[in-house]
Amino acid sequence: MTDIIKTDAVIVGAGPVGLFAVFELGLLDIKAHLIDILPKAGGQCAELYPEKPIYDIPGFPMVTGQGLVDNLMKQIEPFSPTFHYGEMVEALESIGSSEAPMFRVRTDAGTVFETKTIIIAAGGGSFQPKKPPVPGIEAFENKSVFYAVRKMESFRGKRVLIVGGGDSALDWTLNLHPIAERITLMHRRDDFRAAPHSVNAMRELVAAGKMDLLLGQMTGLKGDDGELSAVTVKGNDGGVFDLACDRVMPFFGLTMKLGPIAEWGLNLNENLVPVDTEKFETNVPGIFAIGDINTYPGKLKLILSGFHEAALAAQKVNRYVYPDKKVVFQYTTSSTSLQKKLGVA
Amino acid sequence: MVKITFVDAGGQARTVEADEGSTVMEAAIRNDIPGIDAECGGACSCATCHVYVDEAFLDKLPKAEPMEEDMLDFAFDVRTNSRLSCQIKVSQAIEGIVVTTPEAQG
Repeated sequence: MTDIIKTDAVIVGAGPVGLFAVFELGLLDIKAHLIDILPKAGGQCAELYPEKPIYDIPGFPMVTGQGLVDNLMKQIEPFSPTFHYGEMVEALESIGSSEAPMFRVRTDAGTVFETKTIIIAAGGGSFQPKKPPVPGIEAFENKSVFYAVRKMESFRGKRVLIVGGGDSALDWTLNLHPIAERITLMHRRDDFRAAPHSVNAMRELVAAGKMDLLLGQMTGLKGDDGELSAVTVKGNDGGVFDLACDRVMPFFGLTMKLGPIAEWGLNLNENLVPVDTEKFETNVPGIFAIGDINTYPGKLKLILSGFHEAALAAQKVNRYVYPDKKVVFQYTTSSTSLQKKLGVA
Repeated sequence: MVKITFVDAGGQARTVEADEGSTVMEAAIRNDIPGIDAECGGACSCATCHVYVDEAFLDKLPKAEPMEEDMLDFAFDVRTNSRLSCQIKVSQAIEGIVVTTPEAQG
């Protein structure tokens, strides 16, 4: 049994709004743990549009997605939050009361938290691999169709088909090539987004006859009990044929899915979490939802709305964490106590 | 205003009107056209607004930029008339355009 992490606040999602919640909580002396399925902070800003300009962040005529994330990370540094990357909250159980909430939270990596409050800042949900809409693919998933490599050894001696043209597809082609019996890389065109040196390495292997490159798309899967025997391929020349193989790895990027949040006993409205507009609390006392994942009359899915929601939710979190503390509202411009927390006084 | 016809994977057609300068994706979202997710909100970063453009209108569209071609790698069942609807600007030149939405954006 792993040690249980006891904390005041768990923030689900390390996008811009989750990051700013750390700041608002920090000013109130509340330490936070952040959990995100991605290997880095920033959520959609970092994953979907790191280089794209954002024009509606107050005080920034223009900032890129990654620029905003970098600034937020700097802004919350004084509060030294703990990040749990590459993990998804799987189970949530209430072990307190509505006056004194307490939750046990477990991630898919087995990390367990006991926390007084939970702030869901999960945006559009968790990023998960896109699954090709090939009929019957579910039966093969995690048996012979994989969206990630957990153990390279399990590919030893197998005939592996990798589908895609980005870095993941090329990296795994090159990494699995010495292990697999035969690697085939399939892509819809003879142009690759992946880093040029990996593309060159792949082309050298193809030229040396050590692997195959196929231009086409996957249209069907054949096999029994989740074990593949062949993949039906529609070649770019129009021909349709079966390619014998044991393992397929499709790399088509990520998509956002609500995921296990749907099973936490929260009211949901079209995959969004309804909240009040005073505390941004859900129907479960102690669980808050801020940013793109929540809904209320007049909701706008803007980063700036999420920042506002973080500030107000933090006030109510404060009441749960420090029920007896007198609430004094202060400004960072003038309060020496806040400035001390920020490390500037 | 420019007319756009969306045909779903089952063949059901719906015609909507869109402002010049907006995008075909925005017209789809505004009119609740099924089959277009547009997860990234039009940043050409997700390929969940993939459509098939009617052959008669293909020549009227500017060729896809390399970034759009790259993003199409994330779409499924990509054909020669595949485009990302967030990258199709609405103008008089495409009045009456017909696009078919795929069964799922994956």
